[in-house]
Amino acid sequence: MNATQTGQERRQERRDRVLRMALPILVLALVLLIWEAIVRINHIPPYVLPGPGLIVGTLVDDWELLSQSLLVTLVTTVEGFLLAAFGGVGLALLFNQSRLLEYSLYPYAVILQVTPIVAIAPLLLIYLPQPLAVLACAWIVAFFPVLANTTLGLHSVDRNLSDLFTLYGASRRQVLWHLKLPSALPYILGGLQIAGGLSLIGAVVAEIAAGSAGAGSGLAYRIAESGYRLNIPRMFAALLLLSIAGIAIFYVLSFVNHLALRRWHESALSREA
Amino acid sequence: MPPAFKSQIASSLLALHGVSKAFPNGTLALSNLNFDVRAGEFLSLLGPSGCGKSTALRIIAGLSPPSQGSVEWLAQAMAADQTSRIGFVFQEPTLMPWASVFDNAALPLVLKGVPAETIAKRVSGALDRVGLAKFAKAFPRELSGGMRMRVSIARALVTEPQLLLMDEPFAALDEITRFKLNNDLLQVWQATGTTVVFVTHSVFESVYLSSRILVLTARPGRVSAELAIEAPYPRDQNFRTSAEYAAYCRRASTALAQAMIDDKPAGDQA
Repeated sequence: MNATQTGQERRQERRDRVLRMALPILVLALVLLIWEAIVRINHIPPYVLPGPGLIVGTLVDDWELLSQSLLVTLVTTVEGFLLAAFGGVGLALLFNQSRLLEYSLYPYAVILQVTPIVAIAPLLLIYLPQPLAVLACAWIVAFFPVLANTTLGLHSVDRNLSDLFTLYGASRRQVLWHLKLPSALPYILGGLQIAGGLSLIGAVVAEIAAGSAGAGSGLAYRIAESGYRLNIPRMFAALLLLSIAGIAIFYVLSFVNHLALRRWHESALSREA
Repeated sequence: MPPAFKSQIASSLLALHGVSKAFPNGTLALSNLNFDVRAGEFLSLLGPSGCGKSTALRIIAGLSPPSQGSVEWLAQAMAADQTSRIGFVFQEPTLMPWASVFDNAALPLVLKGVPAETIAKRVSGALDRVGLAKFAKAFPRELSGGMRMRVSIARALVTEPQLLLMDEPFAALDEITRFKLNNDLLQVWQATGTTVVFVTHSVFESVYLSSRILVLTARPGRVSAELAIEAPYPRDQNFRTSAEYAAYCRRASTALAQAMIDDKPAGDQA
């Protein structure tokens, strides 16, 4: 391979990267423009469909209220996520150490997962104080992917490496710390990435359920409340914030994933490396 | 066993007595395997694929119990603390992808709780021996297949084992790399004075490396011929192209062919 070829390849790579950034932004701008045009040309009233301009305006005007709600939802989401992360990994470790425990409890983890959270939330709201119920919902939906992925990861240990640890007389703790956990790390991180998004969904579902019961102050509650008041621009503004929060969570977790795996795992390697 | 027999093989490190291995699915991998491993020798187990060579190695290492028979350790030092004196090199490099070359090679010592300074010294010594001193900080994926195998050998060497068990370690490598590693392995063997039991299905490799070859029959494996390779060490490219080498190879090939004929009825049964 000669120098000009690599230069050419690098240039093409850079163009590719720019396109990947620019194209979605271009599509967004186009859609917003058409949206705004349709709203203006047809004189659609804001309580039916607000234009993008009005939505951003509402976001700025109501920032004090909305930012507080955002904070509430984010705190719940992060708490639910952390509980799910520690709970999921911890439970998977317990299952891995004790077959009996795994046989006894795993089916119930599955049941908890397959029962729709929308159906569980109202019940939780009856028995738990509202903030705790919301947190519980976030945890329930987020913990299973962590548990399932970690369990899979802990079982995916290289057999020969496992033999090697036996040969050198490794203790259970050493096997766990030096072999099983590092082997499982890519799986755990994959589970966490799913859990991040699900935790937000769990929090939102619970807030909506709680909102109809007349309490709460998270973003989802704002959406429900604004809906009753026909404050459609604020609904959109709150929705926009929720999307941004979801995207931010996704990218933060992707970044953590990248930092942890970039030196050794296949998923983090570029083809040419 | 009678004391007379024991003194007869006093220089032996270990002996296999009537070792058989049947797997739960009914496959008989080894049947009545008897041989001894002498201290300081380079012993090859030569046999067709699937003749249970690897199984024999795993039984010696204590990774898998024999269905019948026993492995007797004869040297005093070995009997006391068997496992810590064994190094094992698998068919694949079997490295931890998340750990650097240094950390991979250090694993046996880390698991034993050896102090960090000693680890640093021994690991750099072992990496030096296999020619990887400059790659201590690299990760396995950054290395070629041959280099990964060198790391694997370095890891087996850090405990300064009396017995080095190698399970077709170079089977997956290209010929040039394999020749190079053959030479380096012989050097390590001579420098450390360790005993090697080397499993291979390559006649040429076994003759080049070994001081003694045991030819095994196909499944179920048992010893069908023993061949002493009396060419002096160090061996090099000249030995590889010598008439002596060719003659040994012919003998080993004949023995291997004979082993596979001998085995036919038993093989059909299995």
